[in-house]
Amino acid sequence: MKRFLPFLLLLALALPARAQDAFVAALPGLAGGFAAQAQAVERLGVLGDPRAIPVLRALSDGRLLKRADGTLLIREGDTATEAVTGAAADAAGAELVRINNRVRGALRGALGLLQIISPDPTERLAAAESVLRSRSANNVPLLEGALARETVPRIREQLALALGASRLASDDAEAKRAGIVVLGASGSPEARSVLLEARASNPALQVEIEAAVAAIDRRLTIRRGVETAFQGLSLGSVLLLAALGLAVTFGVMGVINMAHGEFVMLGAYTTFVVQELCRDIPWLLPWSLPLSVPAAFLVTAAIGAALERGLIRHLYGRPLETLLMTFGVGMMIQQAVRLAFGAQNREVLSPAWMQGTLLLPGGIPVTQNRLWILAFSLVVLLLVLAAIRLTRFGLEMRAVTQRRPIAAAMGIRTGRVDALTFAFGSGIAGIAGVALSQIDNVSPNLGTGYIIDSFLVVVFGGVGSLAGTLIGAFSLGLINKVMEPWVGAVLAKVVVLVAIMLFIQRRPRGLFAQKGRAAEA
Amino acid sequence: MSATALPAPGMSRLRLGLRAGLIAAVLALAAMPLLNQLPADHALYVSDFLVSVTGKWICYAILALSLDLAWGYAGILSLGHGAFFALGGYAMGMHLMRLIGPRGVYGHPVLPDFMVFLGYRELPWYWLGFDSFPFAMLMVFLVPGTLALVLGFLCFRSRITGVYLSIITQAMTYALMLAFFRNDMGLGGNNGFTDFKELLGMPLNTGAARMALFYASLVSLVGCYLLCRWITGTKYGRVLTAIRDAESRVRFLGYSVTQHKLFAFVLSAMMAGLAGALYVPQVGIINPGEFSPGNSIEAVVWVAVGGRGTLVGAVLGAFGVNGLKTWLTSAAPDLWLFVLGGLFVAVTLFLPRGLVGLVKGRAR
Repeated sequence: MKRFLPFLLLLALALPARAQDAFVAALPGLAGGFAAQAQAVERLGVLGDPRAIPVLRALSDGRLLKRADGTLLIREGDTATEAVTGAAADAAGAELVRINNRVRGALRGALGLLQIISPDPTERLAAAESVLRSRSANNVPLLEGALARETVPRIREQLALALGASRLASDDAEAKRAGIVVLGASGSPEARSVLLEARASNPALQVEIEAAVAAIDRRLTIRRGVETAFQGLSLGSVLLLAALGLAVTFGVMGVINMAHGEFVMLGAYTTFVVQELCRDIPWLLPWSLPLSVPAAFLVTAAIGAALERGLIRHLYGRPLETLLMTFGVGMMIQQAVRLAFGAQNREVLSPAWMQGTLLLPGGIPVTQNRLWILAFSLVVLLLVLAAIRLTRFGLEMRAVTQRRPIAAAMGIRTGRVDALTFAFGSGIAGIAGVALSQIDNVSPNLGTGYIIDSFLVVVFGGVGSLAGTLIGAFSLGLINKVMEPWVGAVLAKVVVLVAIMLFIQRRPRGLFAQKGRAAEA
Repeated sequence: MSATALPAPGMSRLRLGLRAGLIAAVLALAAMPLLNQLPADHALYVSDFLVSVTGKWICYAILALSLDLAWGYAGILSLGHGAFFALGGYAMGMHLMRLIGPRGVYGHPVLPDFMVFLGYRELPWYWLGFDSFPFAMLMVFLVPGTLALVLGFLCFRSRITGVYLSIITQAMTYALMLAFFRNDMGLGGNNGFTDFKELLGMPLNTGAARMALFYASLVSLVGCYLLCRWITGTKYGRVLTAIRDAESRVRFLGYSVTQHKLFAFVLSAMMAGLAGALYVPQVGIINPGEFSPGNSIEAVVWVAVGGRGTLVGAVLGAFGVNGLKTWLTSAAPDLWLFVLGGLFVAVTLFLPRGLVGLVKGRAR
């Protein structure tokens, strides 16, 4: 505050004499009775003079003192300054200025108004929002001035709303109409409640108000729809990531891997370890998350290859045994991680470019990390597709899954292809873990929550079809989020599970059933 | 193989020995609560802890038997048998809650404590009738049985088999767990039911009640075992085994695979429900955690370790694995999950027919 004072003094000198007088003239009211105080506070608020801010803050914090001659002092710890000049003063003999709730209310409004001229954009935005709530016709000139100066679009919008609401509160019918038009053009629930409140006191304007409310409702419905769609797509992208690896190991190889969720968890822990390793190298820290993607892929792929060569290989053709065995392996991995890292959640930081919320046109909030994960899941899907369709490895993989003896006769080392395919699927699970570390708790149980969902996605979409996995993941995500407002999150999940069971009745092989010989396997 | 109790003329010495061992084991179990009455310094004294824990294991053994009937004989690997167990337990729990009457903390004459706490005015319709023991026992069988009937009908009719069926059953128990965790189910939410007072007029905290429950469980186990033995020995049982080994072939021979599997699945679910109903008054609590998929898959391991397709194996597996668990979770708690996971791996890789299969293989 002390460093700030000379600046304020300069500002005061630069101000036109008229405003200076008004500020000085309003001050003595603060030392008067409660009614006079409230009046003075309101006047100071509407004046828009930055010098009023410290005075009003002091009054609201109980740091404003008055001398017997009526001079006002602001106490700063042990020292005090004069409210008008800002010069140092002696606080001895001065008594505290008392306020009541009415003055407090006026203070809140006035401080809110004054923040509109603050240099900090977030404070200006908050001020515009609070002015909308405490709308009054007196604020119109101040808001007009603020709107003319404002450059940030988001704050301009909010200021326009506040101005509209303040005009609606005036006595002039034309101004009221203009206010209704401004409010009706927005999509804000606050504008809606302002309009509904005004409807009772303005019977003459009822038609206009109803039309404006209807317009807002329309916009709100659209926005809610878009928000739900985004949440659904976001959940779908998470499911897609978790299920993609399974679509390879289960869908392509037919190996049921109940440790899949643990591979996802290992990917998340790899992210944590990479972050800890990067901690000592400051310039590397923002890049720890991109670095984690190949690291997680390699770690989980290596473990997957070892699992396939060491254990799963011996159980080909016995899917139920494979299921049980991999479940046991998952249990051991989980316990090993619990012993190594502890049972509590580990914190994985988001890099700055993934944090924050993006506002789409129409004021639809979109969390950045969800958006990144959505894009990331699609990129991973494309890469998997490319690996299977375009590379030599993909060709051999398809050959082995379609006709193993013929593939072997053509010189393909089927055992090696099996190991690589399983490693590939496990590696994708690890990559999913990197993404999930951004939105879920990194704990040893991370994977358990995803395993059943992932299997359902693969079964629903059709075993052996990546397109089916894509459609399955996004439709399950959307259905879940669309139902949530009606039945709650838990019941929505239950309903989806039941729906999938019934769906499998009609189409036992999923949305995209494989045809021909492969379907018999 | 003859299903009569008398040894058939051609029976091998090994088989005779096994049967004698089995009867001796049942007698030893039956003697446990009696030995518990001896003075504590007596050489044959059995501690309270051992008796109560054995009572629990007997319930698990019934669950293992039921799973063995479905998996070992009909080839239905259910990863959701814990759900039937828990449903039976909840049916019994509802009866026990109604019997608390006005002795709850809030002292309401009819409503259980959690309902008073959640602001219920009257009993939900699905709680009606549970104050009667016969009705509750009927529900112990009917609720799991009906669920198995519906799920089994839908699955077997559309020929969902193998791992698909396993995942659907796992999803079922997972869905039920989520549903039972909700407070507005009217079934106690995540706290479930506890603080039971009495059953059939016996206060549950007395030694006599514990002994009665122990013997009820033991009689149920022996009954279920004999029932399963008889069923698997009949022509129906043979067809069931044939379905397990070659489903399509049996279908083409003209048998209704759906009906055969459905009967076995429903019967198995009812047995699991009975096991749950006996389990709840002995441990004194039931909560949605019983539905967790991990519990169901642990039961699969009991059967796998003992030997699926051999009823004795399921029972032995339940006792053996749970004995190991009780010992290890106190001796080396960190190690238990490694051992359990290791059991999964070792049994599937090296002992596909379990411990009993190993013995039988030697005998042949």
